[in-house]
Amino acid sequence: MSLEEYKGVAIFAQQVDNKLSSIAFELIGKAHELAADLGTDVTAVVLGSGIANLADELAEYGADKVVVIDDPALETYRTEPYAQALTAYINEYKPEIMLVGATAIGRDLGPTVSARVKTGLTADCTSLEIGDFPLQAREGQEQKHNQLLMTRPAFGGNTIATIACPDNRPQMATVRPGVMQKLEKQAGRKAEVINFKPELKENNRFVEILNIVKNVATTVDIMDAKILVSGGRGVGSPENFKLLDDLAEVLGGTVSCSRAVVDAGWKPKDLQVGQTGKTVRPNVYFAIGISGAIQHTAGMEESDIIIAINKDETAPIFDVADYGIVGDLNKILPALTEALKAEVASK
Amino acid sequence: MNIVVCIKQVPDTKGGVKFNPDGTLDRAAMLAIMNPDDKAGLEAALRIKDETGAKVTVLTMGLPKADDMLREALAMGADEAVLVTDRRLGGADTWATSSTVAAAVKKLDYDLIITGRQAIDGDTAQVGPQIAEHLGLPVISYAEDIKVEGNSVIVKRQYEDRYHEIKAQMPCLITALSELNEPRYMTPGGIFDAYDKEVTVWGRDDLTDLDDANIGLAGSPTKIAKASDKVRKGAGEKVALDPKESVEYIVGKLKEKHVI
Amino acid sequence: MDFTLDKKHEMARQLFRDFAQNEVKPVAQEIDETECFPRENVEKMMKYGFMGIPVPKEYGGQGCDVLTYIMCVEELSKVCGTTGVIVSAHTSLCCDPILTYGTEEQKQKYLVPLASGKKLGAFALTEPGAGTDAQGAQTKAVEDGDSWVLNGSKCFITNGKEADIYIVIAVTDIVEDAKGRKSKKFSAFIVEKDTPGFTFGTKEKKMGIRASSTYELIFQDCRIPKENLLGQRGKGFGIAMHTLDGGRIGIAAQALGIGEGSIDATIDFVKERKQFGRPIAAFQNTSFQLADMKARMDAAKYLVYKAACTKDQYFVDHKTSYSVEAAEAKLFAAEAAMAVTTKAVQLHGGYGYTREYDVERMMRDAKITEIYEGTSEVQRMVISGSMLK
Repeated sequence: MSLEEYKGVAIFAQQVDNKLSSIAFELIGKAHELAADLGTDVTAVVLGSGIANLADELAEYGADKVVVIDDPALETYRTEPYAQALTAYINEYKPEIMLVGATAIGRDLGPTVSARVKTGLTADCTSLEIGDFPLQAREGQEQKHNQLLMTRPAFGGNTIATIACPDNRPQMATVRPGVMQKLEKQAGRKAEVINFKPELKENNRFVEILNIVKNVATTVDIMDAKILVSGGRGVGSPENFKLLDDLAEVLGGTVSCSRAVVDAGWKPKDLQVGQTGKTVRPNVYFAIGISGAIQHTAGMEESDIIIAINKDETAPIFDVADYGIVGDLNKILPALTEALKAEVASK
Repeated sequence: MNIVVCIKQVPDTKGGVKFNPDGTLDRAAMLAIMNPDDKAGLEAALRIKDETGAKVTVLTMGLPKADDMLREALAMGADEAVLVTDRRLGGADTWATSSTVAAAVKKLDYDLIITGRQAIDGDTAQVGPQIAEHLGLPVISYAEDIKVEGNSVIVKRQYEDRYHEIKAQMPCLITALSELNEPRYMTPGGIFDAYDKEVTVWGRDDLTDLDDANIGLAGSPTKIAKASDKVRKGAGEKVALDPKESVEYIVGKLKEKHVI
Repeated sequence: MDFTLDKKHEMARQLFRDFAQNEVKPVAQEIDETECFPRENVEKMMKYGFMGIPVPKEYGGQGCDVLTYIMCVEELSKVCGTTGVIVSAHTSLCCDPILTYGTEEQKQKYLVPLASGKKLGAFALTEPGAGTDAQGAQTKAVEDGDSWVLNGSKCFITNGKEADIYIVIAVTDIVEDAKGRKSKKFSAFIVEKDTPGFTFGTKEKKMGIRASSTYELIFQDCRIPKENLLGQRGKGFGIAMHTLDGGRIGIAAQALGIGEGSIDATIDFVKERKQFGRPIAAFQNTSFQLADMKARMDAAKYLVYKAACTKDQYFVDHKTSYSVEAAEAKLFAAEAAMAVTTKAVQLHGGYGYTREYDVERMMRDAKITEIYEGTSEVQRMVISGSMLK
């Protein structure tokens, strides 16, 4: 493998039902920074069936090139045809960096493709940058420059590791949704669009999709919310979440919750923030009656502003909160909702 | 029918993580357990065994002390256990781990391979699909439900907002979610029997279909540049006020930060 | 002399601990409050083989040993004394006498379902007028053709209404010695629930172990098949005493678990609870009290395990006596549990007196271990009797 042959930053632009996932734009945003450091450009690779129209949107969010692989076999995600297609792209276009979202698709496709092209893959990255490996020059070891340094939490968020892939290309990473910033959409921005048609060979590894069942009860995705009003066991009962609903409504926010609340059956799993739930980084995160176990804080501590209300002054949530209020949520929340209503009305 | 379940021994993070005085993780103080997703995979295999009489073999790569976990799997009802252990295999990333495990699986009879989705120490979710890749098998990740029908499996495959019901021909590999089931407990008699059984131990040299370039630290494409225990964002302000003052305080901060 | 457990016993302990923490602890408070028998958890324990741990596999058991069974009762009792005694009464007082004295037919018919977790067992000796003085029992069994006909009542029966199979001790003969003194001869019987003439009386309202279904059993012309005589006719008292020797090891393990459980709860509490600006664990009184509690329960543990291992020896040679070992274990463990749980409540202060904290229940549960299956006074009689003979 001649590493120098590999050029450019590529991202896998995930689409589901011919609609681009938010992670695709987030990856483009990050890829832009990396490409700027490397003096190269950003390619979005989109796979699907009847998806030519998606190229423009990828361009508007900052892709310099869009590679479209349009094939009936790619209509719905299946590991094998997708892996064949993305592998064909890598072998043909040789990107030096290949980013994939750490979604239920990307975390299946990423490892399969990286093993197929025999390179490393760093999972669930929360930070990516260009730098040297090793970080400091060491005697007897070549220090390589312009390497992708991939940082990820491990051990339930308790440790953090920075990983490089110095001797194989492409350098691959899956990236946690909701962590990277997408660029402002520029209407009318254009990219070079390449229609790539690799041959997808049906083999024993093709599986059959018998049925697709969408979860009907999906509410707003908490990962997209700018303001989250999140409740824990301390809220006391499912009925008492009304106090949080009211506050969220006046702020135009969304209600989320901790694992304890999901375990108790008060709220569905898709509203859960934390290690085993979703990672969120809203502008404002209200942690209400949430003690703040590491499993929870791992999923929200990147929020811009964290406001915690808890009656237990020793609750660990106060260790990550910007503003902590020791007090009774039953008294504070209704008054706060009223006060904010008054603020809104006065404008 | 032969089922191979790949399992991993991991430190238990559930009862809280323990730290050394210098802030690093105290791994020795944490109990070593069977990784939860892997345990769900084992349970799924045992349920297939209960129904069809399939033979269940558990396989792990790890330190010699992983023997305890293999005995646990036997005490739950697995028929055989294989421990792959060798200093030369240490420091492996997911590529090297999956290459090694795949080479071990090749020595066994299998129709179905089940792994956990991901381990709670590394959280990568890569080893399962990569074993399938090395063996040239269909892979179905994130299984919420597994049924065997003739020579096929029918799996409920979870995505963020939907699931796919997928049919794959065996042999194939499935990665299991801990939500898949509630794993059974061991039985006391099962524990006694487990300690009377032989665990098969394989070293590097027993794995003939494996290139030295693909094992251990040296055979790992990814290299750790830096590892540290997480530095937490410091605590901000904390106030204890009466409810009215609390409200004024919060509204003030929201204004200050231009949220309202 | 080796005081370390081997790996299989360690793993068994981990199993019991996990089960206790995950399944039993969450309902312990509730079943104490409601006095409802924890049927769901008993069924789980049946499924996982907890109800036949020392019984050989050929009789549906797990083929482990008494020590393993004892650790099961200990770990369950750490979080719930009720659950501990349910397993103990079933195993020691019902499975064990059938295993020891039953015919092959009786073992197949009764021990297999008991040990494999399909049926629950109980043991009935005590009567309103016959507690420590068990010889005072009045319940009679009269031979009539192919049957025995039982009349009388038994009280304070653990697993009372919930069991399926009961060992019942009854008077079958009155014999007269050369001097014309009359004495009763007892026999043991296996009685199935739903046998006509077998009904339940009042449920006891107890201080502790409140969900263990303690009932009065009433026999009115209750006819049972002749082949349900357990052991030899007239040997029932010996069977009952031998059974209780084993049962005492179970109760000693229950006491051990309750005491240890109260220490676990207290450690958590004293680290959290602050007075005078620091956790009360930082005060020497707290730490020294805890040290005394720990030392006392550890001493109890070795006596209990010693008794269990001695009974295991009996299973090998069928002659080793474990009567004194069992009495010492129960005497010491029960009194230690009472003392230690009382201290645990004291260290919790006012909170310890409320039902919100587990130690309040543990102290109530501990008391019974000094009373049932032979009071502490009876244990002293057994021990001193062996010393002064």
